[in-house]
Amino acid sequence: MKKSFAITLDPGTSLANHTGSWRTSRPVYTNFLPPCNAACPAGEDIQGWLFHAEIGNYEKAWQSLVENNPIPAIMGRVCYHPCEDSCNRKFIDEPVSINSVERFIGDEALRNGWSFEKPKPSSGKRVLVIGSGPAGLSAAYQLVRAGHKVEIHEAGSMSGGMLRFGIPKYRLPREVLDAEIKRILDLGVTLKLNTKVTNIPEAMKAGKFDAVFMAVGAHVGKHIEIPDADANKVMDAVSVLRSMEGEEKPMLGKRVVVYGGGNTAIDVARSAKRMGATDSTIVYRRTRERMPATVSEVDEVLEEGIKIKWLSTIKHGGESEITVEKMKLDDKGFPQPTGELETLKADSVVLALGQDSDLSLLEGLSDIKIKDGMVEVGSDMMTGHSGVFAGGDMVPSDRTVAVAVGHGKKAARYIDGWLRGKAYILPPKHELASFEKINPWYYSDAPRTARPMIDMQHRQSTFDEVQGGLEETIALFEARRCLSCGNCFGCNNCYSVCPDNAVIKLGPGRRFKINLDYCKGCGLCVEECPCGAIKMVQEDI
Amino acid sequence: MSYQIKKFYQTGTLTAGNRLLPSEDHCVQTDPKRHNSLDSGHRACQGCGEALGTRYAIDAAMKATNGQLIVANATGCLEVFSTPYPETSWRVPWVHSLFGNTAAVATGLAAAMRVKGKSDIRVIAQGGDGGTTDIGFGCLSGMFERNDDVLYICYDNQAYMNTGIQRSSATPAAARTATTMAVGDSPGNAFGQGKFLPTIAMAHGIPYVATATVSDLHDLEAKVKRAMEIRGARYIHILVPCPLGWGTASCDTIRVARMAKETGIFPVFEAENGEVTSVLKIRKKQPIAAYLKMQKRYVHLFKKSPKTDVIAQLQEIADDNIKKYGLLEEKCS
Repeated sequence: MKKSFAITLDPGTSLANHTGSWRTSRPVYTNFLPPCNAACPAGEDIQGWLFHAEIGNYEKAWQSLVENNPIPAIMGRVCYHPCEDSCNRKFIDEPVSINSVERFIGDEALRNGWSFEKPKPSSGKRVLVIGSGPAGLSAAYQLVRAGHKVEIHEAGSMSGGMLRFGIPKYRLPREVLDAEIKRILDLGVTLKLNTKVTNIPEAMKAGKFDAVFMAVGAHVGKHIEIPDADANKVMDAVSVLRSMEGEEKPMLGKRVVVYGGGNTAIDVARSAKRMGATDSTIVYRRTRERMPATVSEVDEVLEEGIKIKWLSTIKHGGESEITVEKMKLDDKGFPQPTGELETLKADSVVLALGQDSDLSLLEGLSDIKIKDGMVEVGSDMMTGHSGVFAGGDMVPSDRTVAVAVGHGKKAARYIDGWLRGKAYILPPKHELASFEKINPWYYSDAPRTARPMIDMQHRQSTFDEVQGGLEETIALFEARRCLSCGNCFGCNNCYSVCPDNAVIKLGPGRRFKINLDYCKGCGLCVEECPCGAIKMVQEDI
Repeated sequence: MSYQIKKFYQTGTLTAGNRLLPSEDHCVQTDPKRHNSLDSGHRACQGCGEALGTRYAIDAAMKATNGQLIVANATGCLEVFSTPYPETSWRVPWVHSLFGNTAAVATGLAAAMRVKGKSDIRVIAQGGDGGTTDIGFGCLSGMFERNDDVLYICYDNQAYMNTGIQRSSATPAAARTATTMAVGDSPGNAFGQGKFLPTIAMAHGIPYVATATVSDLHDLEAKVKRAMEIRGARYIHILVPCPLGWGTASCDTIRVARMAKETGIFPVFEAENGEVTSVLKIRKKQPIAAYLKMQKRYVHLFKKSPKTDVIAQLQEIADDNIKKYGLLEEKCS
């Protein structure tokens, strides 16, 4: 090359200058644990399935969802969604309506007849699942997919456990319940109804089972004696809800008093109203803030004209009334009697004071520990008896559908490991994607959309489903409100904001990589990543 | 307005461009085949706003002109860190002459292209605030009044950073520089001095004037594109924070530019033929103190006895901008 006057060197590119040597820390692409996933008792990868829903690929979203939970249409109706309570979007406007999107995807699957992936090749092992509630169904589903032969023995005449006998129709229509159960059975799970297991070793021997998962639930209502009350007029909540499923509806009368403060009390009070009670009243000994029932359930019950007597206990019964005593909370928050009395008209009293498990099937299995009426299990869900696992309401935990589904899945993984002689090892959890990691600037304002509800007259007089589903466009909108906390969604910010062109784009869906030859470690990509999926790591120098 | 936010792409609305946005709505910077006009290996500091701003602008211009572009560069950081003899980071035809004559060089380049019948080849002149608002101002004003077919881009980092952070006529009031030390009764740069070049450019009645920051890529690229659609003298003034001179963390370059816009202290607008035609509204108004506190050049305002009167004066400047340019969204009654 001919050079100009006084020029001695050929021109060159600055690419020869590896500015990466300046760096003292480097950006690293990471997957953090979104708070929704961390909060989900069923262990759903919520951010993961919303990611597919965002582009309208609901089938892929559903396939991703059912990896962890085979009953999304049910869960989208009955779950108390702790995921939404922990959603980072609440710090920007309101949480994403995860539960309604789940229901939408679940309903889409039923409408389009999507089916589960085929099970893995047969292992030749047989597992007995006792109980067809959410825990049993979840375990059966996971086990059959893992290649095992599964038989569910159900004591009752219908499947579903508390999903059918504990949750009223207005929250969970039976056609949805039946369809999601059928889809699990269609995978090759055998269901035997009216088959109560009374002796586990015998049942195992008779059926040549290699392992057992017990999930008999808690169907025995707790009872207290109400002085001077007519025993015929005092019922327990579980029995009332169960008889609602049969031909003979319970005789509750016009004025119904429900005693208790949990979601079961609410379910009974709302059901009583729907069966024609003019006065449906809940009596609870503590305050609204301390009520164990879910806030939204309490709101809905009050909307439907059901009265709640806070800080009240039932003192004694009578001909067609009961006497309640006012309470006050002491320093420790325990209710104490005040001596102030009040009479309430009552044709019936329903006790909703919690439930116990019927553990008669454990007789003779002395190595299984029972504490406070519940079965003790290890972190692998196995009881003291080798090969016998347990989950759901019969083991100590929150008694919700999501917890039961989570137990079923977890137990199934350990059972699978146990059957194959290779213990399942729980993978370590990612670091939490807390809101501090998010750069909220990049998310535009998009308030949550409310779920439609049927009108009040129908709510009070029929068992029609109260909450409606979302339309496609709204479900899509809600899915797109997801911040994708801690997980790259391919926004190209890191690639754009690097002053040194040191981010390499790997192509659609394949994310990015840092070119360490030139990265000076300024941290702009980390700071401007909307979802906080990059972290700075100190270099060893 | 040349750029409008697309609604209902919540996770990607304000990012450079995500999978939910059609590719035509993506920023030029998201393109794996973007030109990378300023290549890797340049010697700008970590987190340099100017290096970022120039790649944003020149890449957008390269796309708008289909690669038919010549760039004239003033002396300053941008020239020094990109082109230490015999290396260069530039991947465009690029000329450097003197500190003060950049606009004149560009005028000459444009004239030469016209004479040679290559008027499809477009010319950009660029420099820092020193080379633009101080040293090169005479040549620039001449380029404006003759309406020469040049886009002049000023990367404003508010002082002479390359030589050790000396005050320029774009240095804001109260800011500490090496020549406006934080000592005496009124520490930092004096109030009532300096100039805001975009309004001076508008006073020349040239076809297009715009301001931008490195914090809103969509807006910046749209303005460069718009400028390249117009013939005649055009001026874009881009705020590019300098971690060294402003005393900010290298990872905060974009955040501090965003704060300058969100407080109103740096108005982001577009003007054609001397009239403002659009403004980029403030999304979440921030107090000036939040912006100042991020920067060590203002640290003397927040010592043991905070200079609340000075902070209030700066707040007033921001508030005046908000009023003058209408930077806040009208409240629906």
